[in-house]
Amino acid sequence: MNRNGNTYTVLYAAIMVILVAAILASVSMALKPNQVRNREIEKKQSILASINITSTVADADKIYNEKIVNQYVVNSKGEQVDGDAFSVDLKKEHAKSNDEMILPVFECKTDAGLKYVLPVRGTGLWGPIWGYVSLNEDMNTIYGANFDHEGETPGLGAEISTEAFEKQFIGKTIFDNKGDLYSIIVAKVGQEAPAEHKVDGISGGTITSKGLEKMLIDDFTRYEEFLKKKKS
Amino acid sequence: MSEPLFSKKNLKLITDPLNNSNPITVQVLGICSALAVTAQLKPAVVMSISVMVVLAAANVIISLLRNTIPNRIRIIVQLVVIAALVILVDQVLKAYVYDVSKQLSVFVGLIITNCILMGRLEAFALGNRPWQSFLDGIGNGAGYAAILIIVGFFRELLGSGTIFGLRIIPESFYITNGGFYANNGMMILPPMALITVGVIIWVQRSRNRKLIEN
Repeated sequence: MNRNGNTYTVLYAAIMVILVAAILASVSMALKPNQVRNREIEKKQSILASINITSTVADADKIYNEKIVNQYVVNSKGEQVDGDAFSVDLKKEHAKSNDEMILPVFECKTDAGLKYVLPVRGTGLWGPIWGYVSLNEDMNTIYGANFDHEGETPGLGAEISTEAFEKQFIGKTIFDNKGDLYSIIVAKVGQEAPAEHKVDGISGGTITSKGLEKMLIDDFTRYEEFLKKKKS
Repeated sequence: MSEPLFSKKNLKLITDPLNNSNPITVQVLGICSALAVTAQLKPAVVMSISVMVVLAAANVIISLLRNTIPNRIRIIVQLVVIAALVILVDQVLKAYVYDVSKQLSVFVGLIITNCILMGRLEAFALGNRPWQSFLDGIGNGAGYAAILIIVGFFRELLGSGTIFGLRIIPESFYITNGGFYANNGMMILPPMALITVGVIIWVQRSRNRKLIEN
């Protein structure tokens, strides 16, 4: 057959595309269970990391079942509603209106008492950033935090997922003296803010740092009613 | 095959890209990713390995198909092969080495746009036998890796004071701890990567005058 003819070219392209599509689809199907499992374990590890427990891929399941004593979802009025906390997709929830939104809460038993883990999600420089913040029973003091990102620049914005950055959040408070929500300021060098609400941002990663700050205030605001209810 | 697998000519396919025809410093291909992933050494190493694997595999596949590919759509065929391989690598990493795949995040996808791949497929694999193409892929991957690792080494050392995340410059040297030293923040930013690559090109050409263009 003439290898430069139209028929050959079109046939070649068609067969190639179908073959490649079939290969990719079957590989994706075959690997899917593994990938879903990996994501679940990662989520459990992140939740545990936010209450300052390091776990490995192997023992994450066990520790998670031990430590997480209760999980439920609340609506924006702070009332408990039906739903499975672990499978809530924050991205979808944030897109809904305030009335329909459901927010997951994880209660964890630690040596230092009961902690409440709240998932947060926002936008960095290149893509989504997310994390888990755990609060003491006063619903004000941060017990631990864990952040992650999809594609922030290594050495710059990606530093939000380092322990050095996350450690700064421990002991900070999210409500001010008057009881109003203040959240946490991720400060640039020289930026003034009350010490109990302030952590240092990442030099060279300002947009990611500010994205994280916005993520925290946005998500704490979504949980505000729930936090106030639990507090009183 | 009439000639031995590792004949002198075949070995040259591996050693040449390390020096005289290095994809980054001489052919000036793949610069974009060399700047993006070298702020730290670890992603640089993982990226190098991924590029080497994808490049060698794509070279072999294109070389096997070289007598069937219609000339008018050969670039598209090359792109499909590269893209399919990259997605496969990404899926396998996600399923079996999840933490590595997280490390690489967007960079795996970026392999598709790496000019070295299309450059080698077009310039070499389309006209050579599979084994030679495989060696060429490994060689060019290694040449790419060499530069990435050199650049990553200096950027991480001078920019963060660490190597592979391990502290090299003691904390007590830093001004914040009463010492005399501060990290060079410029090194983490992409412009210094370009300058580092420039310095490597300079050193290489001053040692090998054949490479200097008039």
